[in-house]
Amino acid sequence: MSMFGQVYTKNNQYKIKGDFHHLTPNQPIRNADDGWKLMGVTNPRDMTYIHSYGGEAIFFESLGQGKLMATRCDNPDCEGHGTVYQPFRIHCMDCLRKCTVFDMTDLAKKSAKIHTFMVCERSGAFNILNTPIKFINVEFEGVDTILMSYLSIGNPEIGMRVVPIFQTLNPTSTILDLSWVPDGTAEKELPEGFSF
Amino acid sequence: MITFSEQQLKVPKLARPVYLVTAGQSKFDRAFPGKRTEELCVDALTQAAELINKTPAELKKYIHTCYYGHFADHFGDQLLGEAVIHDRLGLDPLGTIGVKTGGATGGSTLWEAIKAVASGYSDCTLAMGWERMDEVPTDEGNFLISCAADKDWESPLGHIYTGYYAVMAQKYWKVFGKEEESFRKTLAEIAVKHRGYARFNPYAHGPMKITVEDVLNSPIVAYPLLALDCCLMSVGAACGIVCDEKTAIELTKNTKNKPLRIWVSAGSHTLRPADRRDMDIPLLPNETADQYKDLGERFPGGDRYPGFTGFLAARMAAWYGYRMCGITDPMEDLDVIELHDAFTISDVQTYEDIGLRPYGEGRDFVESGDCYHTNPKTGQPGRLPSNISGGLIGCMHAVGATGIMQVFEIATHLWNRWGEIHGDDKRWKEFDREKPADWTDLQVKDAKRAMAISHAGVGSHVTATILMDPDNLLKEDA
Ligand SMILES: [Zn+2]
Repeated sequence: MSMFGQVYTKNNQYKIKGDFHHLTPNQPIRNADDGWKLMGVTNPRDMTYIHSYGGEAIFFESLGQGKLMATRCDNPDCEGHGTVYQPFRIHCMDCLRKCTVFDMTDLAKKSAKIHTFMVCERSGAFNILNTPIKFINVEFEGVDTILMSYLSIGNPEIGMRVVPIFQTLNPTSTILDLSWVPDGTAEKELPEGFSF
Repeated sequence: MITFSEQQLKVPKLARPVYLVTAGQSKFDRAFPGKRTEELCVDALTQAAELINKTPAELKKYIHTCYYGHFADHFGDQLLGEAVIHDRLGLDPLGTIGVKTGGATGGSTLWEAIKAVASGYSDCTLAMGWERMDEVPTDEGNFLISCAADKDWESPLGHIYTGYYAVMAQKYWKVFGKEEESFRKTLAEIAVKHRGYARFNPYAHGPMKITVEDVLNSPIVAYPLLALDCCLMSVGAACGIVCDEKTAIELTKNTKNKPLRIWVSAGSHTLRPADRRDMDIPLLPNETADQYKDLGERFPGGDRYPGFTGFLAARMAAWYGYRMCGITDPMEDLDVIELHDAFTISDVQTYEDIGLRPYGEGRDFVESGDCYHTNPKTGQPGRLPSNISGGLIGCMHAVGATGIMQVFEIATHLWNRWGEIHGDDKRWKEFDREKPADWTDLQVKDAKRAMAISHAGVGSHVTATILMDPDNLLKEDA
């Protein structure tokens, strides 16, 4: 019986535990139109990438705690002084100084609006969202950039007011822990594991 | 950045004139289960040699450094795939480097190749691009393409790049297309045109004789994008040979290829569209700030620039490129173009970014008939024929090769060899493709200047490659 492979850090090193590889043998590829002659070979393989969130870790951790964090350049000497970034940027795009992290959950609840959207029937391998996926790009008052995310309930329209929801029960620790629903949606309608 | 310093707006200058002397390409197809990538690259280089009456071995003797464009290592499960091709082409131990800028990889590869010649480092360089997208199942292919988006902020959202891209199409459709049925029909016309031109191109893998109704009735991918609005996913290779003046004259002596002056410029913009900030429109030589003052009134929602409706990278590539070689009005100064029609709607967005029409009025480039080889409204030659190859929708999109295929195509017009190269019965037979009974020579008559736009995904990288007949320059010291 295998367990999901897990990784943690200790002494500034990655520690790896469990079963990552599920071996599938190579198989020949043969030509059905020409006497089943050999054309090539399959190379199936599972890979596990280990990845640091670095300075963005607080953003992803906060989602699971029901908070949307953003950043702002507070460098008075920067031409972009006061720029508010969502997506969260560790460093200001202009001066490259570390931005100030702040909680914009209330701002998002009060002012989030759909800038544009797309309903997408297809998905790639390893997708775990339900299809069709309702991609939305969300704009906020006083924020200079436009966040990409997905709408969990209802049908998107440009200009529609939406509010953030967070996967606070068993969070995935990914951007999927943040989603959106139309303003006025009742708590009991939210997808399993999500709350306002 | 949203403002530019004087240094950043320096008009690029090549230290000496650079010439495209020949180019070549393989057949393009959805899959080549019977061919390795190197075989396709050999096909491309062999054709480049043949067009100047040389054997590949003779041509190779001139090459001094090599630039290889190949976007997706993970598709081929081969890191340093460039080194494999370089070895198989027998070009060791020359200096070589790989170039990766997504969909703009082909254009960027030429950008590197011309700079090496302009600087004097090399007198003759090879720019070769290819892509191998047939060696994974389609859903895994979609996954791999989505890895070109931000891995933490975008890719987990469905692992489907089309979704990240199509939000921009949606915004353009609503703001500048005003959701008009007539605009939807114009988009369909582009799909009909590009698939139709591809019918006369033996290299093309997506030729179709279809109508606007066929496009409008094709399955919805993500409205307003329908299946027939979308580009192909292809396998194939293309190459170009770039030289200084002396080598160019020597290599083309007693051949049908006249050396063509070549310039390449480049622009970029945020990989995540989410990070775009509002700014003033950088103006091209044929524009004034006044003309955009009321853009937001004429097109409600269109006052954010570039917002999700313009490609700043394409605008900057044109900004640098036009000034570099003296173009003051692309509609007047150019004779034939190839644009990166990943989707019909992005073709229209590009008309505006590169100044064929002002922002908001791109559709007129099609509706006027200007974009056709022969204007269907007047029966006269189109003012600026675009994508005679069939483009990405009708000919191919083998990512690393695409930008070089475009340059091969525009060069054949400037060499006045389009008909000879695309009409050759032997070539149709060799590719196992049936030459249509109504095959038509789409040579653009008296073409002297041309441009190709190579573009990555949501607009992260764009290059403009400009070719000119050296006897028809716009600026003496360019
Ligand atoms: Zn700053």
